[in-house]
Amino acid sequence: MDDVAPCHIVVAEISVFDYLRARFGPRFARASLVPSDSGLPQRFRGRPAIAQPQADVATEGGTPVGEAAPEHSHRNLPVIDLGRSVFAPEETERLKGPTAFTQDYRMATSSRNALLTSGGEIELAHALDRKMRRLLGRSLRFRLVAAGSCGGCEAELAALGNVVFDMARFGIQFVASPRHADGIVIAGAVSENMRDALERTYEAVPDPRIVVAVGACAISGGVFAGSERVLGGVPPSIPVDLWVPGCPPHPLTVLDGLLRLLGRVDHLSKTVPRGARDDTSATPP
Amino acid sequence: MSADALLTVYNRRCVSVADIPLLEVAEFAATLASSVASGWRIVSLFGVPEDTRALRLCAVLANDDSGVLGTTCAIVGQEYPALSTSCRQAGRFEREIAEQCGAIPKGHPSLKPLRRHPPDHAPSAWALRPKDREDFPFDVVHGDEVHEVAVGPVHAGIIEPGHFRFNAHGEEVLSLEIMLGYQHRGVERLLEGPERGTAVLVAESIAGDTVIGHTSAFCGAIEALARSHKTPRAQTIRGIALELERLANHIGDLGTLSSDVAYQSSAAFFGRLRGECLNLLMTISGNRYGRGLIRPGGVLFDIPPTMTSELVRRVERLREEVRPVAELLFENPSVQSRFDGVGVVSAEQCRVAGYVGVVARSCRVPLDVRHDFAYGVYRYAQIPVATAWSGDVYARAIVRWLEVQRSMEFILEQLAALPRGEVLVDCGALRPSELVVALEEGWRGEIAHIVMTDAASHIRRHKVVDPSFHNWSALSAAMPGNQISDFPLCNKSFNLSYAGHDL
Repeated sequence: MDDVAPCHIVVAEISVFDYLRARFGPRFARASLVPSDSGLPQRFRGRPAIAQPQADVATEGGTPVGEAAPEHSHRNLPVIDLGRSVFAPEETERLKGPTAFTQDYRMATSSRNALLTSGGEIELAHALDRKMRRLLGRSLRFRLVAAGSCGGCEAELAALGNVVFDMARFGIQFVASPRHADGIVIAGAVSENMRDALERTYEAVPDPRIVVAVGACAISGGVFAGSERVLGGVPPSIPVDLWVPGCPPHPLTVLDGLLRLLGRVDHLSKTVPRGARDDTSATPP
Repeated sequence: MSADALLTVYNRRCVSVADIPLLEVAEFAATLASSVASGWRIVSLFGVPEDTRALRLCAVLANDDSGVLGTTCAIVGQEYPALSTSCRQAGRFEREIAEQCGAIPKGHPSLKPLRRHPPDHAPSAWALRPKDREDFPFDVVHGDEVHEVAVGPVHAGIIEPGHFRFNAHGEEVLSLEIMLGYQHRGVERLLEGPERGTAVLVAESIAGDTVIGHTSAFCGAIEALARSHKTPRAQTIRGIALELERLANHIGDLGTLSSDVAYQSSAAFFGRLRGECLNLLMTISGNRYGRGLIRPGGVLFDIPPTMTSELVRRVERLREEVRPVAELLFENPSVQSRFDGVGVVSAEQCRVAGYVGVVARSCRVPLDVRHDFAYGVYRYAQIPVATAWSGDVYARAIVRWLEVQRSMEFILEQLAALPRGEVLVDCGALRPSELVVALEEGWRGEIAHIVMTDAASHIRRHKVVDPSFHNWSALSAAMPGNQISDFPLCNKSFNLSYAGHDL
């Protein structure tokens, strides 16, 4: 018994009851997926949108989000490409429009074009077809391929597994082998040195397979777009089902996108989170 | 070595390129060898095209005891006698020079590719032979029962790509060779681009978990070349952000070390507390990794008084919550037995090879840029250097825990006494033909950004050295004699950056 004495001291300090209290106490709450309740700080830079609430924006709440494609928009506003944005504070200045970052973290889309916006509204990702969802059942397994990334997106994807975001509660998991996966998640601008490994990993996933591009680099090359050493994002040979912008995207942005893909969040949800429109404090002082 | 073979420079103080001694290759090699033998350490050794047919080799050495840096140069042709025959620390740098500049160090003991890319800093008139990026001659151990294990580049976990090649006898590892370069994005070339606004975004993406460290070093170099003086308030906010980054990563590492010895309780708690540190950074900067905070001339976001009190409250609560979890980990005998004696790096190995950061401090080599080459807020507020003796997984874990405690105290101290003033000043044009070395103690260790300008004030060379560049070979050195099943634990205790190495 003497051997384990130090352990007993610890157990006396942190008992099973302390664990349980900590586990179920308010401080151990999982992240809320309700945008107005997500606890994101005021300076968080989410989806960029028009800074001043305008009359036509307020009424647009009644029509399905994203119905008017940006090209058809009559507003004379610069087109923002969320797929190129690294959500740097100075980007709103460069756009020279009345835009600012909102606190809305929901930005994942089903197509590359849906990431282009002039007013800030985007058509969020829609669910996979019924057949595909039936095939997946209640689980979705991914193999991550980091290809010419900085490691930031991987860190956020790893955070999805922690007790706060707890992605596994929705049946979504990262697995060790592409052979065990339903699809791949790609992060990074796809370096020349990873191109072959990426293509082979993709081929190793049994068909039908899902591809998720996470982060500005995977979508457009991000800050590495001009470099000769990268392809500038996922190559066209690999069709992408979900585009998640951000640098890196907040774990909630990724989770929201995946849940939309699975049809577990209503894609027609057009509620704009409280405080997202009128909060413009994200610009630097 | 003659006394004037090295020009003394200080952290973030510029020198004129014309003042740097220009030695003959033989003298250059002798200077490196004798300096390293007398306690200096190579911070960086890199090539800059001098004209169309010649390459300038530039060495930056550090004397950690006296807090001075030294620099010296030599002009070489496409072939030159290898420096690493007389100075082992130069070995990895010469592999880098061979790859980036196309120069061939004759007699180099192991001239393998480092990142596997075509040269991008070679003198324009040199004939360069294209290399096959898959051609990497691995060391082979011969023996009847010796087997090879190849891992990567796509690994089992959510981590970056790299290839590990083990030679093992049963469970025992005989050798480990690491092939990197999969994350190579051409960072240095992008940093040398004309747009400072885009370069700073690239600096933020050198290593995604060291955003503050790399951007501070980048800005430190640019500010020195522009003679821009940050306000004390900006320096303090940078210091707070750097320590928050250290907290997040060290606490996260303690969590992953817990899960690698299958101790899920502390892994879960540390995982949540790591998130809290990232959220503190997000409260200040709007991004969980502190992107957008640091820019040449200061910081973009101030900490207003209401936020100060909120941050103090949250850091105090963090301090209260993290201690019992650390005790849970470190006082658990089954954890101790798994951490103890695994993956040992000796002080001797560390000195010879030039390891830095947590790896050096955990084998009683007390290197810490914040202490040895104090800059910014660290000139006024010293953080004690945390060291351990055993050089194993346990030592690397306990050093992290000591640093966590000290960083929390530092943050609380600084928040209580934030200097008044602006946070951003103008950062103008760079001075021509100068060289600056900006060192920063990132959470992994010494980050170096070395910038040289040309006569037209453009950036002629921007050299980045991530601590991982020095320390990857420490992982190879620590593995022989250990069980192959201990590799994940050992690897996690170093937690080196693939992106930071590959650039």
